[in-house]
Amino acid sequence: MKPVVSLTGASLKFGKRALWEDLDLDIMPGEFFAVLGPNGSGKTSFLKVLLGLQDLHRGQAMLGSRPVERGSSLIGYIPQQKSFAPDTPMRARDLVGLGVDGHRWGLRLSPGKANRKIDQLLELVGATEYAKVPVGQLSGGEQQRLRVAQALATDPQILLCDEPLLSLDLHHQQAVSALINKQCREQNSAVVFVTHEINPIIDYVDRVLYLAGGRFKVGTPEEVMTTEVLSDLYGSHVEVIHANGRIVVVGLPDATTHHHAPTHVLAGEAA
Amino acid sequence: MDADSILGAIFSFENYGELLVLVQNSIWAGAVLGLLGGLVGTFVMKRDLAFAVHGISELSFAGAAFALLIGADIVFGSLIGSVTAALLLGLMGVRARDKNSIIGVIMPFGLGLGILFLSLYEGRAANKFGLLTGQIVSVDTVQLQALAGTAVVVMVALVAIWRPLNFASVDPELAEARGVPVRTLAIVFMVLLGVSVALSIQVVGALLVLALLITPAAAALRVTSSPVAVVLLSVAFAMTATVGGILLALGGRIPISPYVTTLSFLIYVVCRVVGSVRARKGINGRVLAGTA
Repeated sequence: MKPVVSLTGASLKFGKRALWEDLDLDIMPGEFFAVLGPNGSGKTSFLKVLLGLQDLHRGQAMLGSRPVERGSSLIGYIPQQKSFAPDTPMRARDLVGLGVDGHRWGLRLSPGKANRKIDQLLELVGATEYAKVPVGQLSGGEQQRLRVAQALATDPQILLCDEPLLSLDLHHQQAVSALINKQCREQNSAVVFVTHEINPIIDYVDRVLYLAGGRFKVGTPEEVMTTEVLSDLYGSHVEVIHANGRIVVVGLPDATTHHHAPTHVLAGEAA
Repeated sequence: MDADSILGAIFSFENYGELLVLVQNSIWAGAVLGLLGGLVGTFVMKRDLAFAVHGISELSFAGAAFALLIGADIVFGSLIGSVTAALLLGLMGVRARDKNSIIGVIMPFGLGLGILFLSLYEGRAANKFGLLTGQIVSVDTVQLQALAGTAVVVMVALVAIWRPLNFASVDPELAEARGVPVRTLAIVFMVLLGVSVALSIQVVGALLVLALLITPAAAALRVTSSPVAVVLLSVAFAMTATVGGILLALGGRIPISPYVTTLSFLIYVVCRVVGSVRARKGINGRVLAGTA
């Protein structure tokens, strides 16, 4: 089986600061691949490289058998949830429609075909009920379902997700990540899931790329999410605790602490 | 002036039929500019550029005033002014905050320049006033044709970039990820907007351009969220305001712009009322708790 994403000797630098260097990585069809790390470690830049929006400093990034390019139809992209202004002239189905043909020139001349595709996508993510509700009136969880539908519009082989669960409550976190996992397993799409919190997707993840302090580690969650590996990456002692099938990282250096703090997990479970 | 003569100045329909024939060109131009304003306005609202329109129109006014002073074509002068301003905003103001402060700086400067040129100008006073308040009836047939022709070109361009421009306007981050040239489209739209502003100024004047480019689209947004319905309503409202304004103005002795702006404003008020009733009943989406 050929990898759908492959990086060879990839390095990314901003000025003199290296985010990561000499990254060799193959992501297979049907693989659920999580990208973890503190803020500023280059997780989002990693996605931008795959989207063709960020050039590598060195090395090569391929999608299938071709170099990365902007607007590749191999890719479906699910961004962070953001709120829309209440008077945005767009209903749920129009948001999905952007994914279907929003990038094409001119007007939509054959609405029938586009509408059938949109209906199909809405049904797939269980959003048919609120198809005609303005996006400004939808909850964060409902919006993210639409984002999944929007991303699936091109039947992509790779789903790139940039913190798609951020600011969702636990119920919606589960629903949205289950949807993404379904696409991964049933359609054999590769999923690249950028997150600072592995627990909501812990049951789905096949492999992890952990970025920190200009270095990285790739492997299964069991291999990477250990006290030794993370202490080594951060260059200071952090404690990784496995409890009830969840992973809690304690003692992360300064600014990044809140992301993995146990209180966050507890708050999430209470919600 | 007593109440009767004021009313007579505003509404008088003597010899209406003969007048109508004389101004058919104006009516056509008004219709085309209404169509243009309605279309462009929807993107102005989506891209949150209402303030920019105002800034562009002030510089457009300065350009027109300068053209008047040196005896050049006024429409051309106003085009130069507004396209320059629009390009400046498109290139410099990437972030919203930036944009607003740049507009705030450009606007009084443009208006000041315009007033300077006008006070140096020694021709007819009506010409001066026309720049600020609209003058479509005084424009001759050749100019009207050029005006309508330019409007058609802008509309064709707008239709050609319609879907990606819409994508880039309502969902810029994803549009960029999908390969839509977001930045280029932003600048292209600013040029189209600049031209539209310069054209609209011929009907309603520099001070009142918002009535043509903002109000109709804003009114449409109050009553529907369907993208297609917003465009159709916005165009219908803008054309009603321009054509209706010209027809009403025929009888009176005052300029067209108060009629156009008043019609436009009334449409907006009605839409707001209708919109709040619909929102309360949940006709246009969901029932919103606590909103009116």
